[in-house]
Amino acid sequence: MLGSGCASCKRLEALAREVVGELEVPAEIEKVTDFKQIMSYGILATPGLVIDGEVKSAGRIPNKAELSSWITSARAAQQA
Amino acid sequence: MAGMTTTARQNGLATLAPRLAVAGLLWLAAYSLLPAAADFVTYRLLGLAPASQLGSAVGFFLYDVPKILLLLALIVFAVGIVRSFFTPERTRRALGGKREGVGNVLAAGLGIVTPFCSCSAVPLFLGFVESGVPLGVTFSFLIAAPMINEVAVVLLFGMFGWRVAALYIGTGLAIAITAGWVIGRLGLERYVADWVYELRLGRAALPDERRTWNDRVAYAWQAVRDIVGKVWPYVVVGIAVGAAIHGYVPEDFMAGIMGKKAWWSVPVAVLVGIPMYANAAGIIPIVQALMEKGAALGTVLAFMMAVIALSLPEVIILRRVLKWQLIAVFLGVVGTGIILVGYLFNWVLAV
Repeated sequence: MLGSGCASCKRLEALAREVVGELEVPAEIEKVTDFKQIMSYGILATPGLVIDGEVKSAGRIPNKAELSSWITSARAAQQA
Repeated sequence: MAGMTTTARQNGLATLAPRLAVAGLLWLAAYSLLPAAADFVTYRLLGLAPASQLGSAVGFFLYDVPKILLLLALIVFAVGIVRSFFTPERTRRALGGKREGVGNVLAAGLGIVTPFCSCSAVPLFLGFVESGVPLGVTFSFLIAAPMINEVAVVLLFGMFGWRVAALYIGTGLAIAITAGWVIGRLGLERYVADWVYELRLGRAALPDERRTWNDRVAYAWQAVRDIVGKVWPYVVVGIAVGAAIHGYVPEDFMAGIMGKKAWWSVPVAVLVGIPMYANAAGIIPIVQALMEKGAALGTVLAFMMAVIALSLPEVIILRRVLKWQLIAVFLGVVGTGIILVGYLFNWVLAV
């Protein structure tokens, strides 16, 4: 989770926790608020979402379906 | 493959078009019935006399709140559709390698249509400067993006008419272009925080998402829900205060303080406006009522621009990437531009 603490960043974080909880996957959600670190992912707008080092979205709040499909496929990739 | 996507897209548009048409008709019906409905509630249902102070205040309120909200929903939707064609990444690509001058004009224009939130000002600033967009061009973008926003334009259009709204957009663009150009000419790169130029940007972030018309409509609709949902309390409170002024404050009350003759009122309005951080939605109805009571258009526009374009929270956010000298220049240049616009409207263009 990349963001400076704006309202949308908090909403994205809450949504991600919700989806992770529903899918019952063991996931660690980390919030990055340092701009140097945020910029190392090359995004131009916050909130950004990074799953296993890969930028998934920036500048918007993805919907639940998108989130859960990203998380599920990331989990499948990990297990493979 | 390509053929399939095209048909899918056409189908999307074919099912969308009737629904959008119905929504449009409903909107038109609501908008055109509004004056009659507001009059009916005020003077028949509530039995207020049209000439009374309370009657005039309530009538103003009941007509203006739904009118502004309807206009807001329509314009935010339309702007949302336009914005779905632009992303910050695309804008950066368009601005990269552009010379100053052309770059400033392009940046100010793109500032209007690129989705932007002031909380993203820092990543955007870093991303632009790092990829070689000149500092002044980046500033043109950062000035235009918050100043010319759909909420301000809708409120100006709804309360003052299209001429004032167009003047606001035109002069706002002019300020963004010239202020960015001036900042670029001054060669202030050394006043950007040192770590910015040492930063290594990650590359190859997001691939461009392909959007269908369904996605665009969903995106625009989401924008309507977000913005109208966030802004409506300000509209209600702002118009309520405006309505009270409209009904109760005597004519020409503001003429002495904010009228054309008070030359000092423009700079004072700007100075007062900078630390204020109000939503355009809350401030414009109040300002409109003040104008009715004798405040001059230029003073009022200058105040609004200062409130909307220059705000303390934004300065605090930018302080993390800019040294204070550059912040001071930024405030000074944009503030001067706004003051000039104020005088221009007060003295040159008597609207």
